[in-house]
Amino acid sequence: MVEFRLPRNSRITGGKHFPAPAGAGKVKTFKVYRYDPDSGQNPRWDTYDVDTSQCGPMVLDVLIHIKNTMDPTLTFRRSCREGICGSCAMNIAGRNTLACIHGHDECPGDKVAISPLPHMPVVKDLVPDLTLFYAQYASVEPWLHTETPEPQKEWRQSPEDREKLDGLYECILCACCSTSCPSYWWNQEKYLGPAALLHAYRWIIDSRDEATGERLDDLEDPFKLYRCHTIMNCAQVCPKGLNPAKAIAEVKKMLADRVV
Amino acid sequence: MSPHLSVWRWHVTMAASIATRVTGVGLYLGALILAAWALSLASGPEAYGAFKACLGSPLGKFVLFGMSLSFFYHLAAGVRHMVWDLGYGMKVQQANVLSVASFAFAIAATLAVWVIAGMVGAL
Repeated sequence: MVEFRLPRNSRITGGKHFPAPAGAGKVKTFKVYRYDPDSGQNPRWDTYDVDTSQCGPMVLDVLIHIKNTMDPTLTFRRSCREGICGSCAMNIAGRNTLACIHGHDECPGDKVAISPLPHMPVVKDLVPDLTLFYAQYASVEPWLHTETPEPQKEWRQSPEDREKLDGLYECILCACCSTSCPSYWWNQEKYLGPAALLHAYRWIIDSRDEATGERLDDLEDPFKLYRCHTIMNCAQVCPKGLNPAKAIAEVKKMLADRVV
Repeated sequence: MSPHLSVWRWHVTMAASIATRVTGVGLYLGALILAAWALSLASGPEAYGAFKACLGSPLGKFVLFGMSLSFFYHLAAGVRHMVWDLGYGMKVQQANVLSVASFAFAIAATLAVWVIAGMVGAL
């Protein structure tokens, strides 16, 4: 349901300020969302004046620098630091992206806000709970469905049919797209969201899959698919440059084609 | 729950989308004006005169201006969605252009209508 205001226990208060060390070179201020479930208190914005001449170029480097030298209590997820694991997805300067491949000099303004992926339950600080997101991915049954007997070697596919999976298989499930979508914000219990729908299309369009009809049947639902109103936030923010909105439009077209 | 609208930096496509919804609701409510027009017309010259005076007042004209803007924007947005539903213009750059074009068309068409109305002395 549409609720513009945050629930009472989620409203953000002012927090602590961590000044830059004396003699710091190039200082940039980062406003970071902090939430500690054990404290019983509301979330807060802590500000850190970071000496960017002392850390690497990416926002993730800034976060690691803060954790190492200014505030060891800061919690965030990270792993590969090269945009392939999707762990460090978060909202940086008002847009969802991966902290590890987003340069801190790319962020507009002199105070850069960093918060968890929007409209999600927060585990701690910048770590959102993605249980529902993964369940939605699982619900599209993201594996090959076949009825014909298994071939002796492999399921074969022409280069042309393989090409149809480009722009789909690269998704790393970082959840930047789904949590950027206002429809997903308001209806995430019923709407599958851009990431799960992109994966649904990835299997629908796969020439080797033999459950295309069943997959389309499953999506023909006023909420699961049709809550997409082509707001395009998903495609605007995808850190891998994919276009879930287009994948969803293709599914809608296939559903329309079935009727006419 | 993590912050959403309060931290989001808007894209033009997002603004275009919510504007479609807002103008749609506006037009729906504006249909009441059309109904009132028909009712007053059926109720005789006195009621119709009152209706005309009401819509002819500065506030009435302001509402009508808003209605015409809503109408043209919603029209452009409808065409944009039709293009999208046919599978075209889904690249981010194209979607941005289509969204800006919808806003531009709405403003240009509304101004054109009101300038013409002014020139023929309808205001």
